[in-house]
Amino acid sequence: MYRRTLTATAVALACTLLPPAAEAQQRTRLTVYTALENEQLAPFKRAAEAAVPSIEIAWVRDSTGIMTARLIAERENPRADMVWGLSVFSLLQMEAQNMLEPYTPQGAEALRPNFRSDRSPMTWTGMDAFVSAICFNTVVAQQRNLPRPSTWADLLNPVYRGHVVMPNPASSGTGFLSVAGWLGAQGNDAAWTYMTGLHQNIQVYTHSGSAPCNNAARGEYGLGISFDMRAVTLRNQGAPIEIIVPTDGVGFDLEATAILRGSRNMEAAKRLADFAVSRPAMELYGRYYALVALPGVQPSVQNYPAEFEQRLVEQNFRDVALRRDAILREWASRFDSKSAPRN
Amino acid sequence: MSAELAVASAAAAAVAAPPYLVVEQVSKHFGTTIALERASLTVAAGEFVCFLGPSGCGKTTLLRAIAGLDPATSGRILQDGRDITFLPPAARDFGIVFQSYALFPNLSVNENVGYGLRGRAWPTARRTHRVAELLSLVGLSEHAKKYPAQLSGGQQQRVALARALAAEPGLLLLDEPLSALDAQVRLHLRQELRALQRRLGVTTVMVTHDQEEAMGVSDRIVVMSRGHIEQIGTPETIYRHPASAFVAGFVGHASHFDAVVDASPGTLLADGITLPCLGARKMLYGTPVQAFIRPEDVALGPSATALEGHFAARVMHQEFLGPVCRVTLQVGRLQLEADVNPSVAPAIGEVLLAALPAERLMVFPRHV
Amino acid sequence: MSDAVLPARAPSPVVVPLEARLLRFGLLLALAVLVAGLVLPLGTLLLRAFQDPEGSFVGLRNFAEYATTPSLRLAAWNSLWTAALTTLLVVPLAFGFAYALTRACIPAKGFFRAVMLLPVLAPSLLPALALIYLFGNQGMLRELLFGNSIYGPIGIIVAQVFYCFPHAALILVVALSTSDARLYEAATVLRAGHLRIFGTVTLPMARYGLVSASVVVFTLVVTDFGIPKVIGGQFPVLATDVYKQVVGLQNFNMGAVVGLVLLLPALLAFAADRWANRQRSGLLSGRAVPYVPRPRRARDLPLLALCLLVAVALVGLVAVAVWGSLVTFWPYNLNLTLQNYDFDRFDTSGWAALWNSVRIAATAAIVGTALIFGTAWLLERGAPGGALASAVRFIAGVPLAVPGLVLGLAFILFFNHPANPLGFLYGTLAILVLNGVVHFYTVMHLTAVTAIRQLDPEFESVGASLKVPAVVTFGRVTVPICLPAILDIAVYAFVNVMTTVSAVIFLYGPDTKPASVAVVHMDEAGQSSAAAAMAVTILAITASVKLAQIATTGAVNRLTQGWRAR
Repeated sequence: MYRRTLTATAVALACTLLPPAAEAQQRTRLTVYTALENEQLAPFKRAAEAAVPSIEIAWVRDSTGIMTARLIAERENPRADMVWGLSVFSLLQMEAQNMLEPYTPQGAEALRPNFRSDRSPMTWTGMDAFVSAICFNTVVAQQRNLPRPSTWADLLNPVYRGHVVMPNPASSGTGFLSVAGWLGAQGNDAAWTYMTGLHQNIQVYTHSGSAPCNNAARGEYGLGISFDMRAVTLRNQGAPIEIIVPTDGVGFDLEATAILRGSRNMEAAKRLADFAVSRPAMELYGRYYALVALPGVQPSVQNYPAEFEQRLVEQNFRDVALRRDAILREWASRFDSKSAPRN
Repeated sequence: MSAELAVASAAAAAVAAPPYLVVEQVSKHFGTTIALERASLTVAAGEFVCFLGPSGCGKTTLLRAIAGLDPATSGRILQDGRDITFLPPAARDFGIVFQSYALFPNLSVNENVGYGLRGRAWPTARRTHRVAELLSLVGLSEHAKKYPAQLSGGQQQRVALARALAAEPGLLLLDEPLSALDAQVRLHLRQELRALQRRLGVTTVMVTHDQEEAMGVSDRIVVMSRGHIEQIGTPETIYRHPASAFVAGFVGHASHFDAVVDASPGTLLADGITLPCLGARKMLYGTPVQAFIRPEDVALGPSATALEGHFAARVMHQEFLGPVCRVTLQVGRLQLEADVNPSVAPAIGEVLLAALPAERLMVFPRHV
Repeated sequence: MSDAVLPARAPSPVVVPLEARLLRFGLLLALAVLVAGLVLPLGTLLLRAFQDPEGSFVGLRNFAEYATTPSLRLAAWNSLWTAALTTLLVVPLAFGFAYALTRACIPAKGFFRAVMLLPVLAPSLLPALALIYLFGNQGMLRELLFGNSIYGPIGIIVAQVFYCFPHAALILVVALSTSDARLYEAATVLRAGHLRIFGTVTLPMARYGLVSASVVVFTLVVTDFGIPKVIGGQFPVLATDVYKQVVGLQNFNMGAVVGLVLLLPALLAFAADRWANRQRSGLLSGRAVPYVPRPRRARDLPLLALCLLVAVALVGLVAVAVWGSLVTFWPYNLNLTLQNYDFDRFDTSGWAALWNSVRIAATAAIVGTALIFGTAWLLERGAPGGALASAVRFIAGVPLAVPGLVLGLAFILFFNHPANPLGFLYGTLAILVLNGVVHFYTVMHLTAVTAIRQLDPEFESVGASLKVPAVVTFGRVTVPICLPAILDIAVYAFVNVMTTVSAVIFLYGPDTKPASVAVVHMDEAGQSSAAAAMAVTILAITASVKLAQIATTGAVNRLTQGWRAR
């Protein structure tokens, strides 16, 4: 009796624990690591599988930092076939560690030059740009009499003291994006002076890149420095926030695609990479982002200023990626040790 | 008279037949501590032997070495001619009762007793029969379905005994089996245990720190102290002819005092009093000794005057013990205890004559 | 006695019987699991502390670099004082609660016992969210903070007190349950007052429990990064430093350095625990008479008030989270809705994540309990001690001191290594199960050891003398007697694996995302109501399992513990 129960349990355990047996394998299952928003995963998967019927996408999604850490930790024995929708800074880091498979997807030459790898064959291709933005809570602003900022410089106004949150650039890619944007737009010295001034108004440097916008949406703080896409999702839920893309130059980051060196499904991965730069894919990106990699595709996303593209700073991703450690060290020495509580 | 003869012939038979259990030079070390040092002894088939000694003397260690629960570090143990020194307990042939009884609390009395009766040799019917037989043997038939917690201490002890005897082991090991019981139950069970052992004829080794218990049940006693065997002998030998000062002091009751061997052969000098002593005859003049005398051997009053070396002593204290009255005597700096008939007990403060019979005075060289 | 020396014999003629070899093999197996699941992964990671990112050996350079980072001393100091303060708050509170449950006459003890466990049943994000709803800048009770912000040490400490309370209370309830009424009678006869009895009898008897509870709370606070990350604002502590190095900077070498530094306070605490353990022996004799409290208003009323207060706080916080899971968008649209429970809208894994979690947790509970209880029995009763047993004992104590994030990263680096024959486990549910079992090993091991040590040490000897294999005695006697403790261990494993985040965030695969991770994802995506909803669902599952355990206790006891009745 005991023994029979034991056997049954063992069999049940074996069934639950082992990976599902290959069910009549016609489609190639691609493990795709991504930091895309949850709500984007289903439409992206649908579109890709419709365009390339021979593949099936298995997502692993997490925040940019976790995903990048996992990819690098798995370097010796990559588990992902592809990366679809990860910060270009992460991909450059991986490129430096020789983790990306060189492959120029069909039609990738048509992408904006700044939105694709400068190697030949390419190591990555861009999808769209997301920018550093301010999530501005209009209800809190009214209660506290906070004027609507339209530039980064406006944030230095003492009226915002204690109402601004931003991500710690050492913990969050989003935080680094903002810092890199200021450095790009204002030049080194002016940017550090600016951050020193901003530091006076900042209430908290969070560890998560999305937390500032989430906090602003819940009215915990008036202004959160985050990225644009985050704010859209929150607005749709009914948060009284406005997304402000400052007019004095914003840093931007690309979401990009790459194939992992050592992928066990190289052919299928290449087909997906081809799709990722195709016009239908770009139109899909355009439903969520204001600027996509392929020129001539009109994004359908709402609430973005017409001259959005002009606000982006000139950004040399490789150069910024190389200086990343130095920038973060500088940032930490200026603000980290002083970031003790000031409740 | 006939009983004495029977015992003597049994003893003779025991000597002739090869011993059932042989312990040769067995030592046990725990790390650097030596718990048992070169212990040797033999137990005849059907014999009841007690290991007696204070706690920490190594008696339990020796028992556990015989059981194989803590195998000996060196030496050899033979049971029925077979070398069992390093056999695991399950490959040996013994039953054991622990001080705590170690009854399985979640099993009924029936299940406890039948616990070892498993396998092909014990089909259900035979097993049921054997369990019932054992329970009637220990008088617990009506408690068969109860759990140990529902039994009294004495009943639990009997269950443990029945369980140990269930598979008819050649050797029964008892580790302080009575020490957790009340004095009354203890005396009763002790007699019951001895009767049962006689009836079954099972060779038995019992560990105890209670010398009265050891004297009451054993054929022979092994007195142990600090990892050594001090003496092996019948209860009477141990009591009357202790082999060491330790045995004299530990077994039975005795007053003891320091003395030196005097110039004339067979005399002691203790605190200025000269005492005749047979045991001192072969000792060199000037040897420091420890002398022991049992209270029932001290002669008082008229019977003392007849003896050589009598002296005057003052009664300091008296204690009524029922059949006798124990008085404490002061002689100079010596203190002695003597048993007298309560009806003629001297009063406190009274001075009377006392003597120590020369053949009863036990002496051992004192190491200074 | 003959003095003749025996002829010299060949050394160690010990015939190792089959059974002893089997038991030894079992212990070896346990050691192998612990080595594969803890020692090797941790070693792989910690080696990185002495390497540069390219993998060349750099000695202590990383440590030197970390030591010169200005924030280190601050983070270390913050970790220490928040942990110490939390300990100082939790342990007396938990002691009062446990004292009320065991030594006073108050009503509804069963209710208080159940409520006491609430915090362990939910993911740690749940109290953090509830605290934000209550004390955040839009919070309903924010005036109570007198203008201070919940984001920072206050939030950390309040959330940690909530989170650590059940751990401390559980240990102290056990410590106070094993009492000897005779000591109290003796003290009363000697005319000691209530306070004096408390100081001279109660406290010394509970001393070991107090040290244990303090050590556990201190270690939990030092190693946890979930709470400081969500509610700690920018307040730096060692655990968030690991997060920063690993997740923010992808600098595993530095992450390993901080991980090692993080082990230090935990190891110190662990040493204190061992020391206290040695002092304990012989406090309670086997013949102790259990203490039965008699009503006394001066003691009972204040204790009842304390219990009510704690219960209100615990239930209140959970109730706020439940309410939060039902509002449309906090704080601007407080209309109630059930839409937040439609998880497929928020997360691709949706309800499947919950099913994953249940499967992982149930498997971890079954496999882990068997492994841990079996190993504990082998250590205490099965094979003779020796180096093997000491090694297993030591390793069993380590997981308590290892932060989940460090363990998770260690698992990737070890199991994903191309040369590792166990690599097939990577990405399956099995690795999540192994991770869960290893992560929570220590407490379960201690529970098992405590239960086994209460058994008569001679059971196995009796079995051996009756020629019954030790395994049979284990099955017929040890397991039935210890069944309540075994169920406790299984439920503990289930509950903790259901709620843990930090270690598994690196390990799940495309089809194995657990619900606790989904909670974090939804919160990060700004869907805090949905996050609360999933946290509440997890709580509902763990609470039902716990309630089922309590409910079946009666039946289980009737079946297996009938012998306890006199």
